[in-house]
Amino acid sequence: MASLSHNIPSYFRVNIDREYCKKCKRCVSHCSYGALSFNGEKIVSEDIKCVACQRCVAMCPGKAIQIVENESYLPPHGNYDRRIRNIIWSQSGNGGVLLSATGNDRPIRSIFDDLLLDACQVTNPAIDPLRETIETKIFFGRKPNMLNFADNSTDSDEISLKTEFMPNFEIDMPIMVGHMSLGSISYNACMAIYQAAKELNILAGSGEGGLHPDFYEYSSNIITEVASGRFGVDINYLHNAAGIEIKIGQGAKPGHGGHLPGEKVNSLISQTRMIPKGSDALSPYPHHDIYSIEDLAQLISALKEATRYKVPIGVKIAAVHNSAPIAVGIVRGGADFLTLDGFMGGTGAAPRIIRDHAGIPIELAIAAVDERLRQENLRDEVTLVAGGSIRYSADLIKAIALGADVGMVGMPVLIAMGCRVCQQCFRGLCSWGIATQQEYLVKRLDIDVARNRIVNLFHSWNEELKEVLGAMGIDSVESLRSNRDRLRYIGPNPKIAEILGVLHAGQ
Amino acid sequence: MQVNKMEVSTMSENNAIEINAAPNNVPIPYKELNEKIHRGIRDGYKKIILNAVCGQRFIGASLQGEIELIVNGLPGNDLGIFMDGPRITINGNCEDQAGNTMNDGTIIIHGDTGDVIGLSARGGKIYVKKDVGYRVGIHIKEYEQKFPVIIVGGIARDFLGEYMAGGLIIALGLKFLSNGTVVEHEQTICGNELGTGIHRGKIVLRTEEDLTSKLGVGAKIFKITEEELREIDPYLKEFCKIFNIPNDIIEKKPFKVIKPISKRPFQSNYCGNLI
Repeated sequence: MASLSHNIPSYFRVNIDREYCKKCKRCVSHCSYGALSFNGEKIVSEDIKCVACQRCVAMCPGKAIQIVENESYLPPHGNYDRRIRNIIWSQSGNGGVLLSATGNDRPIRSIFDDLLLDACQVTNPAIDPLRETIETKIFFGRKPNMLNFADNSTDSDEISLKTEFMPNFEIDMPIMVGHMSLGSISYNACMAIYQAAKELNILAGSGEGGLHPDFYEYSSNIITEVASGRFGVDINYLHNAAGIEIKIGQGAKPGHGGHLPGEKVNSLISQTRMIPKGSDALSPYPHHDIYSIEDLAQLISALKEATRYKVPIGVKIAAVHNSAPIAVGIVRGGADFLTLDGFMGGTGAAPRIIRDHAGIPIELAIAAVDERLRQENLRDEVTLVAGGSIRYSADLIKAIALGADVGMVGMPVLIAMGCRVCQQCFRGLCSWGIATQQEYLVKRLDIDVARNRIVNLFHSWNEELKEVLGAMGIDSVESLRSNRDRLRYIGPNPKIAEILGVLHAGQ
Repeated sequence: MQVNKMEVSTMSENNAIEINAAPNNVPIPYKELNEKIHRGIRDGYKKIILNAVCGQRFIGASLQGEIELIVNGLPGNDLGIFMDGPRITINGNCEDQAGNTMNDGTIIIHGDTGDVIGLSARGGKIYVKKDVGYRVGIHIKEYEQKFPVIIVGGIARDFLGEYMAGGLIIALGLKFLSNGTVVEHEQTICGNELGTGIHRGKIVLRTEEDLTSKLGVGAKIFKITEEELREIDPYLKEFCKIFNIPNDIIEKKPFKVIKPISKRPFQSNYCGNLI
C-alpha cells in the first residue's frame, strides 16, 4: 500500500540569499526541526519541516535567511480554509487525536479589545503616578468578611479580636506567572521565571510537575500545584510554597488530563516528578478523590491540615459554562483563592479539538464569577486569580476592572524569553531552549538575560497600570477591582456588555 | 490550648500517649484531634493511641518519622494523607482514601475499607485484612527506592490498579470468619476494568478465575514467574504474620499477574502535524 500521507504543501519557505550565505552551517546546527541541511555544496531546506521559529534567521551571521509564507499552493476557499484542509489531511494520514500547543490559534475576537477604559476629566482629578503614591500591592489569601471583637474587656482602650485570620501574604504587583511545569518548559526557563518572580515579589506557578529542589529558595513566590497525577507531591513540596493550588482544570484543556510523553521524562524530570525515567506521566482526567464539591472541600481541608494552616490553599478551574456556581462551591468549600483559566489560555500539549473549542472566554468568566460571588456575599473573602490570554498590560487592567484580584500570565513571559510562538511546544524541540528538555537546546536560554527580560516586562506593565490608575484617579489597584463602571464596551454584541455588567460606550 | 488530663493519660514507660477522640461520647473535630497528635509528637511521644475515633478525617496527615499511631474506632477519609514514614494500625474498618499520596510508612487495617485506598501513593505499605472498595491503588507509582505495596486479604471492586504507574498490588480472595478461621471468599476476586490504563507495576491476584473479560485498557494477564513469586514472598509473609493467616492456605490457589502491555499505552493515540 502506498503511504497514507498526502503531500501537503508547506506553510513556509526558507529563502536563502546565496550571495550573503557564507556556508558556515550555523543555521543547520541551530535548526532543531531538521529543516536545514548542507548537501556538500550549499545549504538546502526541507520547507515542510520548517515551523518558522526564526532561530536560523537570528543566528545567521550574514543575515542571509528569510522565512516567508508559502503563498502559491492551494486553491482558495472561504469555508474550507487551509487550516481545515490540513486538519483533515493530518487525521486521514494518522488516525489520531491532533495535538497542539500554546493557546487557541483561531482568530476569535478578543473581548478585552472591545473594552475601553475610563479617565478623569474636570470633576474627579487625575493623579500623577510619578509624583504621588499609587499602590499596586495585593494581599493574597482569604480575608474575613467582618471583624468580631470580644466584649469582655473592662478597659475601653483595649480591643481584643475574636476573628481568626487566615494566612495572607503580600505581593507587589497583581501579577502571577501562570503554571508551567518543569517538563513543559526547561530548567533554565523555570529558573528565570522563579528568579524574576522573587525579584519583583510577584507570584509564579510551579505547574503540576513537582518542584525541583534547586527552586526551593524561590518558594516564597511560588504557588505549587496538586493535580490529579500528584506528581512530585510530598512533604517538602507542600512545605515549599507560598500557596498550594488544587488543579481541577486548565483553560486550554478543560475536562482533560495531562500527558507528558515518556521521551521527555529524563533524569531531571524523573527526579522532580518522582516517576521512573522514560515512563509516561499521565494525569487522570478527574481527581479520583474528587467527584463533588464536598470531595473538593475535603482535599482543601486535607491540604490545610497537611500544611498546618500556614499557607493559602486554592483551586484552579477552567472557565466553562457553569463556572459561577462551581466557584461559589469552591469558596464555600474553604478555598482561600480561586484561579480561573480562560479558553484562550496556553498549554504545552493539548488535543487541538479541546484547546480550540472547549470553555468560555475569561472576560465573561471573571464577570460571571465575580457577580455571583458578590450575590453570595463571598467576593471579598477570596482572592480571584484570572488568566487565559492576558496578553499585555491593557488586558491585565481590564481583567482587574472586571473582577480579578490578580492576572495570570503565561505566553507573554515565554515571548519575553525569546519564544516566537511557533506552537510546537509538545514536540520538545524548542530551538530557543524554552519548551524542551534536550540539554543542547536548554543551554541556549541564558537564565540571567531571560530573568531580566521578564523583570523588565512586568516592571513596564506595572508602570502602565499605575498610569491608568492615575488617569482614573484611583490610588490603589484594590479600588479598581470589580470597578466595572470604569469600563465601556464598543464591540458588536450588546449581550456581552450585559453579561460583563459594563455599559456601552456613550452611556 | 492545654491538654485536658481527663482526655489524656500518658504511659511514659513505653513513650506512648493515649488520646480520647470522643470525650463524653462527643467526637472532637478533626482539626483538634490532629493538633493533639502533633502536640504529642512535639512532646516527644513515639506511640500515640487514639481511642473512640469516630469518623475524624485526615488522621496522621503529613506526619513524618518513626511514629506509631494506633487507631481504635472508625477513622474517616484520607487517613495518613501525604504521610512520610509512620506506622498506623487501625483496629477495625476504615473509610475512603487511606494512604492518599503517601510517600512512605505503613497502614495496617484490621477490617474492610472504602474506595480509592492508596490513591497516588509513591511508597509505603497498605495492608488490608478484609475487602476493599472501588478504584483501590489508583495511580500508585514507584520511583527509585520508593515502591508502594497494597495487599488485600479479601476481594476488591472495579478499577483495581487503575492508571497504575508502579508498585505492587496483591489481592488474596480470603474470607475471615468471626470464629477466626480463614476460608476462600465466595465472591469474585475483583471487579471489572482491572488495571485499566496501567503503564508500570504489577497486580497479583490469587485466583483460578478467568479474568479476561474483566481486563481494562492496556492490561494483560501473565502467569506468575518464579522470580515474581520470590519478589512478593517477603510482603506476603509479613501480611500473613500480621493477620495470623496460615501460610498453607495461600498455596491452595495459584497467582495470576496483571501487567501493562506497554509503558506508553496511549502513544499511538496522538499525532502532532503542523496545521
